[in-house]
Amino acid sequence: MAVTVTIPTALRQYAGGHASITLPAGSVGQILATLREQYPQLGKQLYNDQGALRSFVNVYVGDEDIRHLQGVETHVADGETVSIIPAIAGGVMVLHGERCTVNVRYGWKECCYAASHALQ
Amino acid sequence: MRPVTLSNEEIRRYSRHLILPEFGMEAQRKLKCGSVLLIGTGGLGSPLALYLAAAGVGHIGLVDFDVVDESNLQRQVVHGTSTLGVRKTESAKMRLRDLNPYIDIATYETQITSENAFDLMRPYDIIVDGTDNFPTRYLTNDASVMLGKPNVYGSIFRFEGQVTVFSPEDGGPCYRCLYPEPPPPGLVPSCAEGGVLGVLPGVIGTIQATEAIKLLAGIGETLIGRLILYDALTMRFRELKLRRNPDCPVCGEHPTITELIDYQQFCGITPEEAQRDTSIEITPIEVAEWLRRDDSPFLLDVREANEWEIGHLPGAVRISVNELAERLHELDSAVAMVVYCRSGVRSARAVEQLRQAGFRKVKNLAGGILRWSDEVDPSMPKY
Repeated sequence: MAVTVTIPTALRQYAGGHASITLPAGSVGQILATLREQYPQLGKQLYNDQGALRSFVNVYVGDEDIRHLQGVETHVADGETVSIIPAIAGGVMVLHGERCTVNVRYGWKECCYAASHALQ
Repeated sequence: MRPVTLSNEEIRRYSRHLILPEFGMEAQRKLKCGSVLLIGTGGLGSPLALYLAAAGVGHIGLVDFDVVDESNLQRQVVHGTSTLGVRKTESAKMRLRDLNPYIDIATYETQITSENAFDLMRPYDIIVDGTDNFPTRYLTNDASVMLGKPNVYGSIFRFEGQVTVFSPEDGGPCYRCLYPEPPPPGLVPSCAEGGVLGVLPGVIGTIQATEAIKLLAGIGETLIGRLILYDALTMRFRELKLRRNPDCPVCGEHPTITELIDYQQFCGITPEEAQRDTSIEITPIEVAEWLRRDDSPFLLDVREANEWEIGHLPGAVRISVNELAERLHELDSAVAMVVYCRSGVRSARAVEQLRQAGFRKVKNLAGGILRWSDEVDPSMPKY
């Protein structure tokens, strides 16, 4: 009895670099709890301090968003896939990081999201 | 629809469309009198602009205020070496003019903001989101919803892309139904994760162009209500269902956001740069001098291995900022240390972390490798 959890590129660094992880079947909540135990850093990305799934991380069972099923109570049967789909902004955005020289000269665009934070 | 005819030249040009039974003269005429606003003329905007122009979309608007940089050309195929340093809107316009002289191209050398978004979007039938940051994505979404225009959405990250069409007017969801809030800045991956496979926006942008053309021509089945995920590394396409959120603050039954807001603030961005702690910084010139003395500092490089490969300071030791917490025991707090990264941002975080762990003699190389290359060693490659 096993299900596949797909890990998006953005979060693979917190999951030992794995693109997918095989876990025992159960509810979405149980599966994600097991995932958190195995990869605590990944858990911090998925859940906020109040223990709720973060609003920019969506979880799908098959092709359906769990918000439109039974949420974390949704049962995942043997052979099904759980997908973690975070919001991505795109481009070559330097996410937590650095201000590109071109942007220092010409404005806000490519690295804006990063830049102002990084400087805090 | 405005009466529109195709000239004999246009008929020759678009003949491979016209002989498609599902397309034909009618769809081609719809493209000719259709209009698309492209927000961003970068990785996604490049293939979008090229294919929409080639297909004969009659009115294309380009919004961008950046200029073409060498590092863009790995993926932004509408631009070229000959237009380095040129405004992206102008660079793209020149290429599109050459590609198809029968269409109108409007350029807007500006950043889309809450103040100008409605004015920019209003004349267009379709909005295409080819941007690369969360504030502009939420702004584009909200303004499109409020104006009742379809928003052809694409986004990319490293090897992965997402693409869909948001159109509450047609009963589908909007971006906020999918993601009500953006990630807080601290929770998104670090800069070393920020690259992108050059061909990836080609794939995603081309899908966006396909959808825009179908919407204008009124043919086929669009991506409204479906999200396509593409993984270039494993070469897999997947499709997920998207549903409208009745409680969506923008397109829901009782919207709470009815005018454009401050999207920088919404995304947690505070523009003040003054918060930077400069007391822990040291300039490249000072470090270069220090390295020539007997008491030269220990150099800690906190970048990723692939960045180290591009170039690093002689004698430095590399521990990624992401591994620093687990590898503190490898460092000696009694030794004076200079920490660096590409631009000085990650190293500032590392210095903060080291200070909290009791390292007192730690300085951050201001401006990182980039400034080192400018001020000390021009042979150090900038990336």
